[in-house]
Amino acid sequence: MFNNFYFEIFKKASLCREFEINVFNAIKNKKISIPVYLSAGQEYIPATLATIIKNNLQINPLIFPQHRCHSIYLSFGGDKNKLIKELLGLKGGCTNLMGGSASIHSKKINMYGHDGHMGTQVPIGVGACFTSKKPTVVFMGDASAEEDYVLGALGWASTKKLPILFIVEDNNLSILTEKKIRRNWNMHDVAKSFKMKGFELDDNPNNIIKYKKFFFKEPVLLNIKTNRLFWHSGAGQDDPKKFDRFQNEKLKLGKKAHDLNLKIKKEVNNLWKKHLEKL
Amino acid sequence: MEKTLRETIKHIIKNHLLSKKGKVFGQCLTAVGWVGGTLPEMYEKDGMIELSMADVAGGGIVTGSALMNERPIYVIRYQGFNWYNCPMIVNYAAKSKEIWERPCPVFVRGIGMEGGIGPVAGSSHHSLYFRMPGIKIVSPMTPKEYVKIYNSYMRENDVYYVSEHRGSFDNKKELQNDTRGKKDLIIIAISITRFAAVEAKKILERKGCKIGIIHVLWIKPLKISNRDYAAIKLSKKGGILLDDDYTDGIANALAHNISLKTNKKIETMGLKNKTAGAHKKVDNLPPSANEIVNKILRILSKKN
Repeated sequence: MFNNFYFEIFKKASLCREFEINVFNAIKNKKISIPVYLSAGQEYIPATLATIIKNNLQINPLIFPQHRCHSIYLSFGGDKNKLIKELLGLKGGCTNLMGGSASIHSKKINMYGHDGHMGTQVPIGVGACFTSKKPTVVFMGDASAEEDYVLGALGWASTKKLPILFIVEDNNLSILTEKKIRRNWNMHDVAKSFKMKGFELDDNPNNIIKYKKFFFKEPVLLNIKTNRLFWHSGAGQDDPKKFDRFQNEKLKLGKKAHDLNLKIKKEVNNLWKKHLEKL
Repeated sequence: MEKTLRETIKHIIKNHLLSKKGKVFGQCLTAVGWVGGTLPEMYEKDGMIELSMADVAGGGIVTGSALMNERPIYVIRYQGFNWYNCPMIVNYAAKSKEIWERPCPVFVRGIGMEGGIGPVAGSSHHSLYFRMPGIKIVSPMTPKEYVKIYNSYMRENDVYYVSEHRGSFDNKKELQNDTRGKKDLIIIAISITRFAAVEAKKILERKGCKIGIIHVLWIKPLKISNRDYAAIKLSKKGGILLDDDYTDGIANALAHNISLKTNKKIETMGLKNKTAGAHKKVDNLPPSANEIVNKILRILSKKN
């Protein structure tokens, strides 16, 4: 059971990683011409959360992401084919080609699209949660968290004691400007000052699961440190020596994980190949 | 007995909360004046939701509520606050149906007012919304118009910006267009300027001028009947479009479009191109009846 939990996370993360590698290659080969925000390196966050929330707690939450959201979409069960079509500009894309990479959505998994202005998903997610009273997950980056309207929305969510989970995917970068240059405060401290539970942790699933007991009982903010493997936008790498959670977990889980990854890689590569042939 | 516009709005809001189980959002709603007496004395348990003073976030929270199909009414007590309240309404709510096929209908009540209230709060700011696709802009000044607009909003799935004006809240009368016969000039009036336009028309007619009037309820999409367009075309000197916002916005844009459609010159009058101060000596008010009269007389006296 315990092992299954980690393998389920790995399975989702593996899908995200192999998917993003294909996107990376498609950009490099000029098969994708729109701005793309790759989530590779950060996939363990949504993979772990989706496993806890959907598989374990059996909850289908409202999901409010922003750009760099392919892994959120895939981890929570978004349609792979539709996302490939969306990125390649083919008919039948998940957002009818209106969303591209940053503004994708899925009615099937209650994932709401993003308008492209950083952090707007936070007040919008808070309003949706307030009105529907449904469990809600709002994702943001460490840069979006600095938006003034994000802070106002956090305060209101706390006042109204909403069943909402705020996830800060903290890769320490706003394009290439580091957090320490932009601010001298931390989001988990901000959350606490708004009288909600706020924690800082890394993207190790063992750490994320510790906070499951708080999910959707009251507003909670998790500032999760992670690493973005590729450039802010497009296909390129800033630092190849960055710690890679996915590879680390793969090593820890051993041969079974290695084999699972190979199987998923083959499936995802075939899927991409099939759609690329239509171009 | 006829109801005032104020009482009509209050009745609609009460019905929205009680019968339709909707929500009304805004800042300081449950204050002494209940937004010029247009809100029933109801509270959060009834759906009257006090937002925090975080202006931009407030618009986002209302947008999120609209995504859940609650058809919220968002009260913006002074239209000038829209500069901080409207970003997520125009960038998300207005686009949601087109991008994600998820309707996000919001009824935004923007309330205009002017006269000694300074540079921020005064006048109408509906031009802010005008350039964005996916939004409807209306400016009801009479009870029947307001009911019509609310019913239309409840039937559709769109974002409505309802440009109100406190100066109209005591009004009980319906305002009628007059485009019969060949006119010297036709006044096309928006928002609170409609009342000054009616006055100006009377003054000018006493002077022997033949003046028509078109009351604009629907600003976007602009709704002017073919008969009224024909009357502009037939008129001697075209028209003048009046607005309670700066002319470099809706007024000039609509005048241009009407001009293209009728081949007639359409002048504009609105707020002067200056910042309003707090004192009445340095205020910036919409055109008064006398100012409209003087401008029209100048137009009529021109040879071409």
